[in-house]
Amino acid sequence: MAPDVWEKVKDHPCYSEDAHHYFARMHVAVAPACNIQCHYCNRKYDCANESRPGVVSEKLTPKQALRKVITVANEVPQLSVLGIAGPGDACYDWRRTRDTFAGVSAQIPDIKLCLSTNGLALPDHIDEIADMNIDHVTITINMVDPAIGTAIYPWIFYNHRRWTGLDASKLLHERQMQGLEMLAARNILVKVNSVMIPGINDEHLVEVNKVVKAKGAFLHNVMPLISDPAHGTHYGLTGQRGPRAAELQALQDRLSDGAKLMRHCRQCRADAVGLLGEDRGQEFSLDRIEAAPAYDPAKRAAYRTIIAQERSEHMASTVRAGDALAGAAAPDILVAVASKGGGRINQHFGHAMEFLVFQAGAGGIRFIGHRKVEQYCRGGWGDGAALPAVLTALDGVAAVLCAKIGECPKQSLADAGIVACDNFAYEWIEAGVAGWYAATYQSDHKKIA
Amino acid sequence: MAYKIVASQCTVCGACEFECPNVAISLKRDMYVIDAKKCTECKDQFDKPQCAAVCPVPDTCIPLAA
Repeated sequence: MAPDVWEKVKDHPCYSEDAHHYFARMHVAVAPACNIQCHYCNRKYDCANESRPGVVSEKLTPKQALRKVITVANEVPQLSVLGIAGPGDACYDWRRTRDTFAGVSAQIPDIKLCLSTNGLALPDHIDEIADMNIDHVTITINMVDPAIGTAIYPWIFYNHRRWTGLDASKLLHERQMQGLEMLAARNILVKVNSVMIPGINDEHLVEVNKVVKAKGAFLHNVMPLISDPAHGTHYGLTGQRGPRAAELQALQDRLSDGAKLMRHCRQCRADAVGLLGEDRGQEFSLDRIEAAPAYDPAKRAAYRTIIAQERSEHMASTVRAGDALAGAAAPDILVAVASKGGGRINQHFGHAMEFLVFQAGAGGIRFIGHRKVEQYCRGGWGDGAALPAVLTALDGVAAVLCAKIGECPKQSLADAGIVACDNFAYEWIEAGVAGWYAATYQSDHKKIA
Repeated sequence: MAYKIVASQCTVCGACEFECPNVAISLKRDMYVIDAKKCTECKDQFDKPQCAAVCPVPDTCIPLAA
């Protein structure tokens, strides 16, 4: 990666897999208006317990958003990025997006600004985006063939009228491509999000990947469709299914050419706060924050100093772990890790709400994705009913590395053919994975990390 | 004639507010309302009333009952 690009992404949890162990983002839900309808979205549905894009608990005015950002910056030292991801469209609801960013950058100049958009209104605001130093923009592009778009977008609102059918998808496609090219020409980093919809655009995303990369996208993020009748979306109500973990991974593997594919996306809410794997949004609802908080940069500055040191150790350890496995005469296997951030194996099995999955083998250690689970431990006792779902989520995984695990769940995992191991507690993730792999598959394993 | 917003269905996204060419829509007590005195149903301005064309919820921006 070029040094100037690394400088832009190194603290951005969504643009750098490494950064997502250390840095947190927050979304402020200031942009509720949208100019298109997607079959995977239902705008009436707001719920505190749902975790998916487009969902929020409370909408904020730009002034309320500023209060919230300052409060979070004072209390969450990992905060590095402020994003606006709706719950509608940040570019269509531009005045509120712009006023929010302007207010926050005046108080917290070093916070990174990013926004996500469907692209339809994007070309209208490119110069302002560049002027405001918004150097990360995400465009959701689900097709580059309008015929496929007709199965995803029932209508768009553009130029004072509603367009449907092929006309709608043609217009949206043209504006998305135009916006992408304009951003790339201004050296603004573009992430393209694509929703993988089995039977509709799953095969087509190979083509999308080629086109958006050729036009200068920095990163492509293929996300699984979230579809449930209870969400009231068109796809949910008509039985359109989302992809299985293995299908998503197979498609991602076909697209993968190194750094340009994002695999650590958690599909967060439009009001999420915290590290990607957690959401502390409910701690910072309007009724819980001060009326006029003053920004105190001390905590964030102190955290950055510590993290710079930690990160260079982690990176060196990761390189050693990869070297140790290079050329191993053993199979490629998947290892799940329980981590609460910081790049270490530092979470109890029962506390994990997700596992990070790594592939280990002769090619080294590669992050593959995450698997969400129901928390097994409910404050002192194990929830036996949650275990079968955890086992299903860990399908295909050979081992689970965690900070600690009880005998009972350990036995259940063993019965399902999964080794649970807490010998590498609090080690760097890659070093622990390499250590476990070497101990298991290599009789004359080298000393690692 | 004028349009109205069905409050029970409105998501309060505000798209109608900035599409309305007559500045007839505003937020009143956390709900968008159309000022019937200002609403023209976009007659002679656009093919369709802009609020209804942009609204994400079907049948939520509708003609005021005669």
